[in-house]
Amino acid sequence: MEYVLNKNGRGILLSMVRAIQENKAYLGEIDGLIGDGDHGMNMNKGFSVYAETLGENETSVSDGLYDLGTNLLNKIGGSMGPIYGTILLHMSEQAEDVERIDLPQFIKMLESGMEGLYEIVDARPGDKTLVDTLYPALAALKAAEGAGKSFTVALEDMKTAAETGKESTRNLAAKYGRSARLGERSRGFLDAGAVSCCIILKAMASSMQKQMEDEDVPDSDWL
Amino acid sequence: MQRILNNPDHIVDEMLEGFAKCHPDIVKRVFPSEDNARGVVAAREGCVPGTVGVVTGGGSGHKPAFIGYVGKNMCDAAAVGEICSSPTALAFLDAFRAANGGQGVACLYGNYSGDNMNVKMAVKMAKKEGIAVKTVIANDDVASAPKDQREKRRGVAGEILMWKCGGAKAALGGTLDEVIAAAQKAVDLTRSVGIGLTPCTLPAVGHPNFEIKDGTMEVGIGHHGEPGIEVCPLETAGQMAKRMVDIVVPDYPFRAGDETVVLVSGLGATPLMELYVLFNEIEKLLKERNIRIYKSYVGNLFTSLDMMGATLTIMKVDEEMKPLIDLPVNCAGWKQF
Repeated sequence: MEYVLNKNGRGILLSMVRAIQENKAYLGEIDGLIGDGDHGMNMNKGFSVYAETLGENETSVSDGLYDLGTNLLNKIGGSMGPIYGTILLHMSEQAEDVERIDLPQFIKMLESGMEGLYEIVDARPGDKTLVDTLYPALAALKAAEGAGKSFTVALEDMKTAAETGKESTRNLAAKYGRSARLGERSRGFLDAGAVSCCIILKAMASSMQKQMEDEDVPDSDWL
Repeated sequence: MQRILNNPDHIVDEMLEGFAKCHPDIVKRVFPSEDNARGVVAAREGCVPGTVGVVTGGGSGHKPAFIGYVGKNMCDAAAVGEICSSPTALAFLDAFRAANGGQGVACLYGNYSGDNMNVKMAVKMAKKEGIAVKTVIANDDVASAPKDQREKRRGVAGEILMWKCGGAKAALGGTLDEVIAAAQKAVDLTRSVGIGLTPCTLPAVGHPNFEIKDGTMEVGIGHHGEPGIEVCPLETAGQMAKRMVDIVVPDYPFRAGDETVVLVSGLGATPLMELYVLFNEIEKLLKERNIRIYKSYVGNLFTSLDMMGATLTIMKVDEEMKPLIDLPVNCAGWKQF
């Protein structure tokens, strides 16, 4: 199958939550090197509160992204609340009223998230922020679409691009955000936002890949 | 770390509870929206109907900023964030709602990326509700960017004088544009610099997240430990004062014959006694330059948790600004009669 059903959002959203929860301490450590050390704590708080609200309920991808985004926006504050809140709300908007999320649809969602982000931050690729993860991730999806690759393979390309983009922040000097005060002294360290963005995108992609894979296996009851 | 704490994760909310109980004659907590359980701190009487509302906000850990400047003739409401972290857009919106007296709201805050984003979103949300909000962003910290990039500079203790002048203009019946103009003028006339002697510790983290080595000091340090322009061996009060004056005075520049407001704030853990020693030296240096002090303030007025050190803020005043500086205020963190 080359799409995930919008209505099957619970697994995708919870995989994002789990990925952040598992990396809480790691994100805090990274942020402590050139930031103020609270990135893991804040992200974990926002994502966990969302998971608690969701409880045992089902959710669509679009509703889930909306609820998670609103949560981050209204409960986290700092810079990451509005940044991730904006990205997720824009992605959600693109998926509203859509039954199937396929490659072109997912590109639309991520592109809209990126545009929303650009409206509120001045950072662009090369400034040592999460843009350095998000931008190449989106570019990889588009390249895969152009090359006629399947959604699953495109997501694999996106994961690789996000990882490479995240790693690229190590050799950059920060221009925006709190670590920008360090300028040249921030070289040699990963940007915490680029890392969390990579974690979220990879969790999302893997969960969608798994859903598509599971759907391809014939139901055993039928055999 | 030896602190007066329960659960460090609840420090902001417990502090707010204590603050409101201690100053019921000055402030009240209000809760305009369910999703912002922390609410906002508002002046006890609220915004006087028919006047412009004055709002500020920022991360916690800078006491008495920001809530300590809510009260009569200064700020009408303040949004409260986690320690060193901007309040949410919703918290700013709630502060706008609490301060709105029908004549619009002036949001006067400091130049930090998180605050900029959240305020920008809150202003949009407020517009949908029919509340007109205009902003002034304080950028008085000389050490945080060169003069030709003033828009990148951080806001520090100079924010207090922005609130003082903007709040006074609103109390005197100024329109939204007049309040904004007064606050902007106050920012434009103001320059600051800080010197840090020790780092600060986020209670939930438990250890300092940057270092200032024993026997050294960091000139130009920011309110969250943002690196300064120079780390050098610890100096005498006289030498520190000279460094600060030499950075602040030429930047504006303040000239012989100028009348100024001088504000020396501790960063949280420096005893008041030492701040007066520093002020004494600063006064001498300004006198040598024939820069006159119209009014002066010394205290822990805008702090950085438990950092040791101080900031110097100088603002030039003219006949338009003097009455705004002189207007009495009654806030928890600032009283003037």
